[in-house]
Amino acid sequence: MGSSDYSVVAEGLRKRYGDKVALDGLDLAVRRGTVLGLLGPNGAGKTTSVRILSTLLRADGGRAEVAGVDVRAEPARVRRRIGLTGQNAAVDEILSARQNLRMFGRLYHLDHATAWRRAEELLAQFSLTEAADKQVKGFSGGMRRRLDLAASMILAPQVLFLDEPTTGLDPRGRSEVWDAVRSLAAGGTTVLLTTHYLDEADKLSDRIAVIDQGRNITEDTPAGLKRAVGGDRLEVVLTDPADLERTVKTMARVTRGVGPEQDEEALRVHTPVADGVAALTAVARELEERGVSVEDIGLRRPTLDEVFLRLTGGDASEAPGRQTSDPTERRPADAPSAAEPSEETHA
Amino acid sequence: MSDSTAPERPGPPLALDDTGAERKLYWAVTDCLTIVRRELTHLAKQPSMVAWQLGFPIVSVLLFVYVFGSAMDVGEGADYKSFAMPGLFAMTMAFGFMNTAMAVVIEKERGITDRFRSMPMAPSAVVTGRGVSDVVQASFDLLVMAVIALVIGWRSDGGLWATLGAFGLLLLLRFALIWIGVFLGLITPNQEAAGNLFAVAFPFGMISSVFTPPSMMPDWLGAIAMWNPVSSTANAIRDLFGNPMPAGDSWIEQNALLMSIVWPLVITAVFVPLAVRRYQALGR
Repeated sequence: MGSSDYSVVAEGLRKRYGDKVALDGLDLAVRRGTVLGLLGPNGAGKTTSVRILSTLLRADGGRAEVAGVDVRAEPARVRRRIGLTGQNAAVDEILSARQNLRMFGRLYHLDHATAWRRAEELLAQFSLTEAADKQVKGFSGGMRRRLDLAASMILAPQVLFLDEPTTGLDPRGRSEVWDAVRSLAAGGTTVLLTTHYLDEADKLSDRIAVIDQGRNITEDTPAGLKRAVGGDRLEVVLTDPADLERTVKTMARVTRGVGPEQDEEALRVHTPVADGVAALTAVARELEERGVSVEDIGLRRPTLDEVFLRLTGGDASEAPGRQTSDPTERRPADAPSAAEPSEETHA
Repeated sequence: MSDSTAPERPGPPLALDDTGAERKLYWAVTDCLTIVRRELTHLAKQPSMVAWQLGFPIVSVLLFVYVFGSAMDVGEGADYKSFAMPGLFAMTMAFGFMNTAMAVVIEKERGITDRFRSMPMAPSAVVTGRGVSDVVQASFDLLVMAVIALVIGWRSDGGLWATLGAFGLLLLLRFALIWIGVFLGLITPNQEAAGNLFAVAFPFGMISSVFTPPSMMPDWLGAIAMWNPVSSTANAIRDLFGNPMPAGDSWIEQNALLMSIVWPLVITAVFVPLAVRRYQALGR
């Protein structure tokens, strides 16, 4: 596969601020037309990466190509091919939404007529037409972000960088921004998104690169990451404590796996399974035949929070916050130890 | 390079050519004007801000001319109003760098500067646009102050050209201070810290010949005040307006007109490179 399949390629990026190493040989590759979520704790180097790739900052070492253009050698050409939405909604508060987009259109070197037309298109695309003539000062956080995104999309850039695009937004604003990003991605824009919200990376990204202390930890699809760390677990919750022993035996036999673990207080038995659906059906059938009264039975996949903690070896206090809770994803009583944190994260 | 007109995906709007020396110059000017237009729209949309910024000089006029004025004797039987008004014009220009610095800090803090830097616009336009609009705003401030001055009875006796020349010198001082403002704005971490710039602005504006002749101050303070660029401009315009100028015999006071041109040029020569360096350092 040629490098033209990738809209963003970074190799061995290094950056230090004084004594502090921000990037320590980071590699990134984002396939054209996909969304890569760059996930990591605060200070992992997410923002530094985006600033380097968007020509705002010069790397100390390594090389990077964005939309096929070398970032260091030809920053001006890169700037015509990218959009950047940074951590602040960088729009003019005193101007109206329409005035903002017209101004940015002109600064992107569109002629007047094109800039004016493009402003209208983007207002419609980002559902801002109604508020177009209102001062941005009065906008909600979500509206500001959408305007910010619209301004980034004036030249319909090949690559869009989003640095923590929903930080500081309420849930409604977040979902507005998510919808906007999804539709941009669906339209073929390559997106590099940094976030410390796991659910955000999970919902928006085709692939997730986990970084910590300026280095790559791992990269995979959201589902792959979860699988790699924990795999599926079959979980049964009983109504009667007397059934615990029988259930453990049944599950052990059906899954032919490691011994199931039980949580006597919660009346819960769980075990890792390879073929989740088959195991689920078999266990459910056997338990029913034996007259075991089951409160709940299901496959549980580890949440990205668990994945993240495991991979970065951090403790819960510095873990990124999870913003929404998905009732279908329950936290297993103790996470499986399939994947140990990689050595280098403890450096 | 032909890439600016060659869309990579269907649909994107065509940006005009901005490569090559001639086109670059065209866009440097055009982008600057786009920024100026933005700044002037700000002023038009925020009349209360403008009033607020004019508040200080206006209050100063009332305070110094009417409250302290009766007790002020600048010597030679001069009318204090005629002495103070040119000083207040100069002081307003001197404080102007605060506006520039504050605007630079706010733009930096809100990420607007980064957005501009990530765009294909001319990098110089960020600063030239700021500079031109600040000078336009300063002209407006001076106009309002001149009207107030006329209302309270101040007059220029220097004739049309000398009067216009005096206002030109005021704007020249303001222009030079843009670069100090940009520099200070870039080294100031945030808006809260920018408030501390008053600690610089206040002595810079006040320890000068704005309100009293330096010859009436203690020697050491008078020397500082005499050599303050604000004093040179204030004295030069007093001369041009034909207002009383109880100047001392020192070289610096005798050559106020010369120095009112030299000082701004020196300030510009020193602070343009410093400001440019700081701006480039944003990328390091």
